[in-house]
Amino acid sequence: MLRLTWRNLLARKVRLLMSTLAIVLGIGFLAGVMTFSSGLNKTFDNILEGSTSDAVVRPAGDLQGANAGVSTSQVVTPADVDELAALPQVKEAVGSIDGVGSFLLGKDDKLVGGQGAPTLAFNYAPSENIAGEQILELSAGRWPEKPGEVVLDTSSAERGSYGLGDTVSLIVPSGKDPERKFTLVGTADFNGGGTAGATLVLLDTAEAQDIFLDGQDAFTTVSLTAADGVSQQQLADAAKTVAPKGFTAVTGDEVVKESQQQIGQFLDVISYFLVAFAVIAIVVGAFIIFNTFSILVSQRVRESALLRALGASKRQVTRSVLVEAFLMAIVGSTLGLLLGLGLSRALAGLFRTFGLDIAGEVLTLTPFTIVAGYVVGIVVTMLAAYVPARRAAKVPPVAAMRDDLVVQEKGMTRRLVLGSIAMVIGTALAAAGLAGAPGTDAIWIGAGAVIWVVTTAVLAPVLGHPVLVACRSVFGRLFRTPGRLAGENALRNPRRTGATASALMIGLAVVSAVGVLASSLGATQDKIVDKEFTADFLVQMPTFQGFPARYGNEMEKINGIAEVSRQQGSPVSVEVPGRAKPDQSFAAAVDPAFFKVYDLKMLDGRASVTGDQVLLSKSRASDYEAGVGDTIEVAFPGGRTIPLEVSGIFEPTPTTSGITVPFSVFAEAGIKRSDSSISITLADGADRNAVKSDLEYTVKDLPILSVQDKEEFKDLISGQVNQLLYVIYGLLALAVVIAVIGIVNTLGLSVLERTREIGLLRAVGLSRRKLRWMITLESVAIAVLGAVLGMALGLVIGVVLRESLKDDLTELSLPLGSLVAFLVVAVLFGVLAAVVPAIRASRMKVLQAIATD
Amino acid sequence: MTERPTGETAPGGVAASAIDLTKTYGKGEAEVRALDGVTVDLMTGEFTAVMGPSGSGKSTLMHCLAALDTPTSGEAVVDGTSLGRLKDKDLTTLRRERVGFVFQSFNLVPTLSAEENILLPLSLANRKPDREWFDQVVTAVGLRDRLGHRPSEMSGGQQQRVACARALVSKPSIVFADEPTGNLDSTSSAEVLGFLRRSVDEFGQTVVMVTHDPVAASYTDRVLFLADGRIVDELRSPDRDQILDKMARLQDAAAAKAAG
Ligand SMILES: Nc1ncnc2c1ncn2[C@@H]1O[C@H](COP(=O)(O)OP(=O)(O)OP(=O)(O)O)[C@@H](O)[C@H]1O
Ligand SMILES: [Mg+2]
Repeated sequence: MLRLTWRNLLARKVRLLMSTLAIVLGIGFLAGVMTFSSGLNKTFDNILEGSTSDAVVRPAGDLQGANAGVSTSQVVTPADVDELAALPQVKEAVGSIDGVGSFLLGKDDKLVGGQGAPTLAFNYAPSENIAGEQILELSAGRWPEKPGEVVLDTSSAERGSYGLGDTVSLIVPSGKDPERKFTLVGTADFNGGGTAGATLVLLDTAEAQDIFLDGQDAFTTVSLTAADGVSQQQLADAAKTVAPKGFTAVTGDEVVKESQQQIGQFLDVISYFLVAFAVIAIVVGAFIIFNTFSILVSQRVRESALLRALGASKRQVTRSVLVEAFLMAIVGSTLGLLLGLGLSRALAGLFRTFGLDIAGEVLTLTPFTIVAGYVVGIVVTMLAAYVPARRAAKVPPVAAMRDDLVVQEKGMTRRLVLGSIAMVIGTALAAAGLAGAPGTDAIWIGAGAVIWVVTTAVLAPVLGHPVLVACRSVFGRLFRTPGRLAGENALRNPRRTGATASALMIGLAVVSAVGVLASSLGATQDKIVDKEFTADFLVQMPTFQGFPARYGNEMEKINGIAEVSRQQGSPVSVEVPGRAKPDQSFAAAVDPAFFKVYDLKMLDGRASVTGDQVLLSKSRASDYEAGVGDTIEVAFPGGRTIPLEVSGIFEPTPTTSGITVPFSVFAEAGIKRSDSSISITLADGADRNAVKSDLEYTVKDLPILSVQDKEEFKDLISGQVNQLLYVIYGLLALAVVIAVIGIVNTLGLSVLERTREIGLLRAVGLSRRKLRWMITLESVAIAVLGAVLGMALGLVIGVVLRESLKDDLTELSLPLGSLVAFLVVAVLFGVLAAVVPAIRASRMKVLQAIATD
Repeated sequence: MTERPTGETAPGGVAASAIDLTKTYGKGEAEVRALDGVTVDLMTGEFTAVMGPSGSGKSTLMHCLAALDTPTSGEAVVDGTSLGRLKDKDLTTLRRERVGFVFQSFNLVPTLSAEENILLPLSLANRKPDREWFDQVVTAVGLRDRLGHRPSEMSGGQQQRVACARALVSKPSIVFADEPTGNLDSTSSAEVLGFLRRSVDEFGQTVVMVTHDPVAASYTDRVLFLADGRIVDELRSPDRDQILDKMARLQDAAAAKAAG
């Protein structure tokens, strides 16, 4: 039997290659994202470990302002540094100035980086990391030695097209001259390799003090290196005793751990997101494997029957098919793992364009990935091949003698009944989710949706019938006989057509559901902007980072403006009674003008804050169990905790954060003034365009700081939504590609199966061109079926999901334009899928085709 | 291409001819001469049988004449058109419009009904069927009540008769049938042969049929005998015994050759 299996594999090289391709792509994607995720983690770990010293003296408290782009006024004097250095446990103490709020401009005056990864500006001073190596490694030139010199990281220098000796422009937060010029004297990177997309700007110490500390001779943190034989803990303990007021010392390990936790959440989201798409791709691949084996088995009826007649047991026949599947899985998974390695490099390249640098050497197949790849590949393939294998064994031995070779397929009744029951269960789950069953609604609906998708796939032969009949009549009308024949061919084996279309259906269902959510999100945000953003202009960074306060100061002087309201954001942590850990949140500082520009809907108290007061949104207030008049303890970066009295509670709004305080509170906490957004209203009778161009003039030296009116703000938001949407579409494209391979495969096998029929058609006068048309149209029919089923299902799922998220997605919007585009793309894919099978069919020699049996 | 109703074809003309046709398969040692210089005229309005031992080149001859295969040398002419210089597209058109086929089995497209199968060559040519002619043919094959059926719902004999009807409906210059009754019992055979005979007698159709069956051959006007790729003999208005006699002699010759 094994030899027979082997012969079968060899005899059907092309078809097997095609179905192996489905495994290869599915496993390739899985292995790719797994490798990529672990590479991403390793990159960050390397950098964190490579850039952290044995211990750090820094402001007390949980919140590190510099991480969140907020700078505080606490400083360490050189005397403090000397005192630290004098400790016997300390081998070396290096004061550093971590600058916040600067932006590097490229040669073309466009911002370098700034797409999420921060710009880290600090003074260069040689210091050692945990492993005793230098934190920074020079890759070209030399270190900055005097004011006016700068060293950049290699990648930023490249992106800004700067070479050594060039003049580099940096936008700085304060000082007389916002745009400073430096001479590039060198390039350097973190010891761990790369910077993970961050932009490094290394300055001379005096210059850094001038820019970030208003010229004070001081530092923001101190990095400590332990003397020989001193542990990190001993070092930190010793440093604590002499640390200046408001400062504390923490071990390097702790710093690394903190950062890992912070970054870890973000990295986990990325990897779950990617793995979800890998799963979709694998499910689609499973359909194709199932289908390929079904067809192979039905084409081999006579052989199976002969085997049975010669005395092979049912089990032997089943096993021979399964062994074939197993061998395929091994080959497919192996190739898939290799492909995955390549794919992870490609993904790394893609992330590099977003500013996230991942070194090639950390992208290797881990043992876990290899095992996971093989296990998933083998299990999925064997499962998919099991049903067809059983069917092969059921062929009665007498079929070997019979002429009419059709596998006896059970009627559709059982399928229909089981499918309908499953549909009802799925609907019940989704309804339970909508009705507010315990737990997350979306999980109930998701479970229902998965059942729907599977059931639709099972019922596709039945559900697809009307679509195919419609295709037949349209094709027949448009393309006469070849069209008619194509329609008939798509209809003649409903299971095959259904299963092939299902692969595409899954991809399109997800695409359409996501499309509905994205489109609803866009509509909701438009509505919110219309309703809540009562300002005429908004000034902010596309990344919502803080920017220097001087721009706001300038704007206040412009003619034709009624109000200028400025906001600054900062991370905070709030003590919550009865909870062990304080709540990590975000606070906004607002000026009195805020309440003139925006109309907060108050549920209790007044819409104003002064002194040590705070306004809470309804949800924050209920989290903190605080009412008007109560006091909450809010801790700020820099270590200050300030008790604030709740002066009012408002309906949540995107115009301010759930914790809103006056600027005086931020000042009290020692947070340096900058703006994260400015809202401006026009004076009566002012010329909108003139005001806008005046506003734009004030920000001309920081090109990415934009002045937006409502429409532009809407565009910005929808642009961000769309960007995410395109990433999702891009990832789903893989599932669609696999589905298209499935169509190619099915068509190829069908063409082979119908060799005699094709020969006959050619003999009685079907031209090559019309034959190609016939096959192309059959392919289009399958693609249209998949698209129609997928889009219908996706719309339903999307609408139901939106319903469950009604609180956040208040508007429902159907992406009708996109749906039409999907259908067109599906037709194009159908045409594409038919190219090879059609050419193969039209190349058949008429005589040989007729003579085939 | 000029359309020419069969009825108008002058009897006694040449419907198709082979001029020194040779067809070889393989090279060198393994070369097989399936056809070895065949020259023959097939007459309009005649029912011709081609007989000969297995492997003598009967099917090959038909395929070359029917534009399904290309000869190694020599010329095949159908209805005055030499096939040698035609491209695939023209050959397809020629097959569709001037040649009819009946194969031994698998003659019909399984997804189409009997009627659609019969009209297939016309619909592929985007030609309107001549309803009167269609009715006449359908009546002649006796399938009026089966027109809506699919091939899987018909017996082998019925399927072959549908195939015959399809071969006639486009009014081709010549119909080729390769062992059309090879898979049929004697009753069904008689039905199919009777129909072919009538199409010659009543509609003036030209039919060429390959067969091994002397009974089938006795329906024809002329029998060509092929051996080793050559025409070795022919009979006019044959009867069964004459045919049996010739066949026996051919087989003896073949046996003697194999022995010697
Ligand atoms: N495609 C091919 N390749 C090689 N040899 C071939 C091919 N087709 C036919 N032949 C050879 O050519 C010769 C004639 O074949 P052909 O099919 O014409 O015989 P036939 O008279 O129709 O026989 P039968 O009565 O068995 O159908 C045979 O010897 C056959 O083996
Ligand atoms: Mg033959």
